[in-house]
Amino acid sequence: MPDPDLLAADRSGAPEASSAGFALPASVRGDFPVLDRQVNGHPLVYLDSANTSQKPRAVVEAMADHLLLHNANVARAMHQLGAEASEAFEGGRSKVAGLLGARPEEVVFTKNASEALNLAAHTLGQHLALGPGDEVVVSVMEHHSNIVPWQLLCQRTGATLRWFDITDDGRLDLQAAREQDLVNERTKVVSLTWVSNVLGTVNPITELAAMAHAVGAVFVVDGSQAVPQLPVDVATLGADLLAFTSHKMLGPTGLGVLWGRYELLEQLPPFLGGGEMIEVVRMEGSTYARPPARFEAGTPPIAEVVALGAAVDYLRGVGMQRIAHHEHLITAYLLEQLQRIEGLRILGPTVPVDRGGAVSFTLTSADGFDIHPHDVMQLLDSRGVAIRGGHHCARPLHHRLGIQASSRASAYLYTTPDEVDALVAALEHTRAFFGGHSLGGRR
Amino acid sequence: MSVEQMYQEIILDHYKAKHGSGLRDPYEAEVTHVNPSCGDEILLRVHLEGDTVADVSYDSVGCSISQASTSVMHDLVVGRPIEEGMATAAAFTEMMHSRGDFEPDEDVLEDGIAFLGVAQFPARVKCALLGWSAWKDAVAHALAHKEENHD
Repeated sequence: MPDPDLLAADRSGAPEASSAGFALPASVRGDFPVLDRQVNGHPLVYLDSANTSQKPRAVVEAMADHLLLHNANVARAMHQLGAEASEAFEGGRSKVAGLLGARPEEVVFTKNASEALNLAAHTLGQHLALGPGDEVVVSVMEHHSNIVPWQLLCQRTGATLRWFDITDDGRLDLQAAREQDLVNERTKVVSLTWVSNVLGTVNPITELAAMAHAVGAVFVVDGSQAVPQLPVDVATLGADLLAFTSHKMLGPTGLGVLWGRYELLEQLPPFLGGGEMIEVVRMEGSTYARPPARFEAGTPPIAEVVALGAAVDYLRGVGMQRIAHHEHLITAYLLEQLQRIEGLRILGPTVPVDRGGAVSFTLTSADGFDIHPHDVMQLLDSRGVAIRGGHHCARPLHHRLGIQASSRASAYLYTTPDEVDALVAALEHTRAFFGGHSLGGRR
Repeated sequence: MSVEQMYQEIILDHYKAKHGSGLRDPYEAEVTHVNPSCGDEILLRVHLEGDTVADVSYDSVGCSISQASTSVMHDLVVGRPIEEGMATAAAFTEMMHSRGDFEPDEDVLEDGIAFLGVAQFPARVKCALLGWSAWKDAVAHALAHKEENHD
């Protein structure tokens, strides 16, 4: 059973965080009812936003309002509600475009970021007529969703999959890549993450784009961890295609986005066939709609798009610069405090330079035992602290780091230094619990 | 039950000194089982002599629950008839799916009774069953292999 005294003692023992500079969470936390919850008798400390973010009331209300008062199918219902639904849906698209500095018709809605990347792999493979001798380049720090679609594409076409390695401090090894001539005249697609979901590394996207474009390759960016926390301007980013997901940026699940340069989208063939993606259907063959409709077969997630629009309004209301600044401050504090824990090893950059708000680590007990992330997670959960443990859908990266799994704490605009302190106290407790056990004492 | 109570001394003892760990010859079947959600992996070999489980050897990585449960499983099946091992596996599985509402028979489950608390944490049930499923699978393979050789 939870022991309030123990928690108080842990908290008082934790280093004092300076509240200066951490003004953002106090002004937004009231918008996220879940953050007031108690979990297992402790105040919830939600440090799993890289997995999925919490949702502000405005997003949930926008979704509810749409479903309760404006619900109809889009683009085909010729009545008042249909017009309202279509306007709200396209309004969501415009808002997302506004966040990216893009044109609305460059924003394609998918089921999630994984589907967006699969769409990219399928259509690019066909468009570029990929075959034996062609190469696709990813990196060892990718999420499975930016590895497996390209593996499947290479299996289908006979093209070769190659990848960037990482340096010991968790950055893309650009020097080794140049030495190996990784990106060369055979490279047709380069697909890389902007921010690593495990290491937190922020990759130099503009430089990588130049590297890809120098050999005429299409440059795809997985922005799942970046778009929620960094200002984006697709005009200067250098990406040809950018995939990300709604649920990590305060929006609902079931919705992803593929942004593409219109000139490229126009040349890509359809991905899934069905309603809405066609121009004229004849039994002998069909012609297809222009983007983005070409890539949006069937009834789309309408209420979800409306809610994502509300999430974008919320993020822009707060200001992406402010969110990025807070992310930087809280990550710096998280890195600093975690490094005080004995036996804790941070994966990826240990300094808050070009670094996002996800911090993964391993934990060893005083008697030299690796405490498995699932055990860490379980002990932390019992004190209301929610983190993620496992391979974070990045098994090749963990293999590269010589470990099987890790624990990950990730912050967002609502994360406070007090929550970092609670995490540190819970980790100290976990370490003491597993280290205090004497081997074979029972026998 | 608190999480600290779930981690019984028995479990931590087995975790820190896994019984029967390591790969050994001879063996008739070898299987790999993984828990894709967390990445726990086990490579397990079974050596049968007649109707007896002569050895179970394994190389595994994973959390304390999956590792300790595999260690306990080793103690409960090696040197005993296959049929008895299967009955023990069934009893252990039943306990793990009980959500903690179960009266375990210590004569059958021995150290395995320490996992009753784990059954109250649904997310960890899969961890506790990883080694056992690998063992049952390996035995099935070994028996099928034996039959083929007889045909």
